[in-house]
Amino acid sequence: MIGLRYVYAVCRPFGTPLQAELTGVAGAPPGLLHHHGLVAVVSTVPEADFCEDALKAHLEDLDWLAATARAHQGVVDALTTVTTPLPLRLATVFRDDSAVRMMIESREDDFRRLLDRLHGRVEWGVKVYLEPEPAEPVAAVARPASGRDYLRSRRRHSHEQEERWQRAERFAHSLHERLAERAEEFRMHRPQNSALSGTPGQNVLNAAYLVPRAHSEEFVELVDRTKDEAPGMRVELTGPWAAYSFSGEETGSRPGTQSGTKPGAGAGTESGAGFGAEAGEGR
Amino acid sequence: MTSRFPEGGRFPEPYGQGSGANLADILERVLDKGVVIAGDIRINLLDIELLTIKLRLIVASVDKAKEMGIDWWETDPALSSRARRDELTRENTELRERLARLEELESGHAPREAP
Repeated sequence: MIGLRYVYAVCRPFGTPLQAELTGVAGAPPGLLHHHGLVAVVSTVPEADFCEDALKAHLEDLDWLAATARAHQGVVDALTTVTTPLPLRLATVFRDDSAVRMMIESREDDFRRLLDRLHGRVEWGVKVYLEPEPAEPVAAVARPASGRDYLRSRRRHSHEQEERWQRAERFAHSLHERLAERAEEFRMHRPQNSALSGTPGQNVLNAAYLVPRAHSEEFVELVDRTKDEAPGMRVELTGPWAAYSFSGEETGSRPGTQSGTKPGAGAGTESGAGFGAEAGEGR
Repeated sequence: MTSRFPEGGRFPEPYGQGSGANLADILERVLDKGVVIAGDIRINLLDIELLTIKLRLIVASVDKAKEMGIDWWETDPALSSRARRDELTRENTELRERLARLEELESGHAPREAP
């Protein structure tokens, strides 16, 4: 059975070797393919699992997908500790090394531009959740004395919900503004549905920030400081990630998000539209 | 974790990543973000895109996932307006029953004592 080439990321050449015990997708150790002054991080995957038809079937299988996604992310993550990789999407597969070389040649300029842009920067993910409501004392819920009491308590309840939601949005907004000030760029992602992501509470903010590695500590401290600021809210930080959210090539087509953009210009428009509007759904 | 990083700057301890990372977060990134390259074995970019969208919907959107037949949360009043309506119906029924019981109690002894 022939093997195919699976590509995780493209980088500039780096001196530090990858961890010896690192395994990638399908259990194979990743290797480096140098070409035109760039490096593709690749491993061999069995054609039986990664040819077009097999992939289609596999990608529908959540267990397979989860294992593959973690392996892919594991390699990209390891790269992030030694260089600034340009992460590729899951399941980018080529026939052989020469096909990978051709791909590098055809995208050379884009890769260099993006790698320059991302050099020494990492992505931090910040999510804000509105914690699930504390259960009301049983006495308060049980047996309203009259219909009017019943309606009154229902009205009070929905009013409280509304207020909690507004507080959460205000908090998320102010936190985002403080974080965006310390980041070079940001992206607003769609709030994750709690029921589906298995996380308690309602996701109010789901954002990614591009932060120079050298400033990461301050960024992390800033997020940590806000954790106890607002009762009923939970702030979650993930990272450092490779700059997944900032290596999309829509960068070129969307004005204002090219290199050097501070939040507020192009990136800001996107966030403005996304903020709150989507967070409100499913309430 | 204070290893010097070749590009300068301390490398902070990873937060919520690695093996413990939320799968939704990983999928959000490896499926949806990153550089998109159509591999040369024609894993058709469009197909990947469709799968990506489908999966992202599972992760991100209740409405679309519902279209795909995943609808167990519909019965949860916190997540669904229909379930909220159902709950209202249930409350209504309960109140009617209580009312009926009260009425029965109030007028109850008269007919029972009569014969």
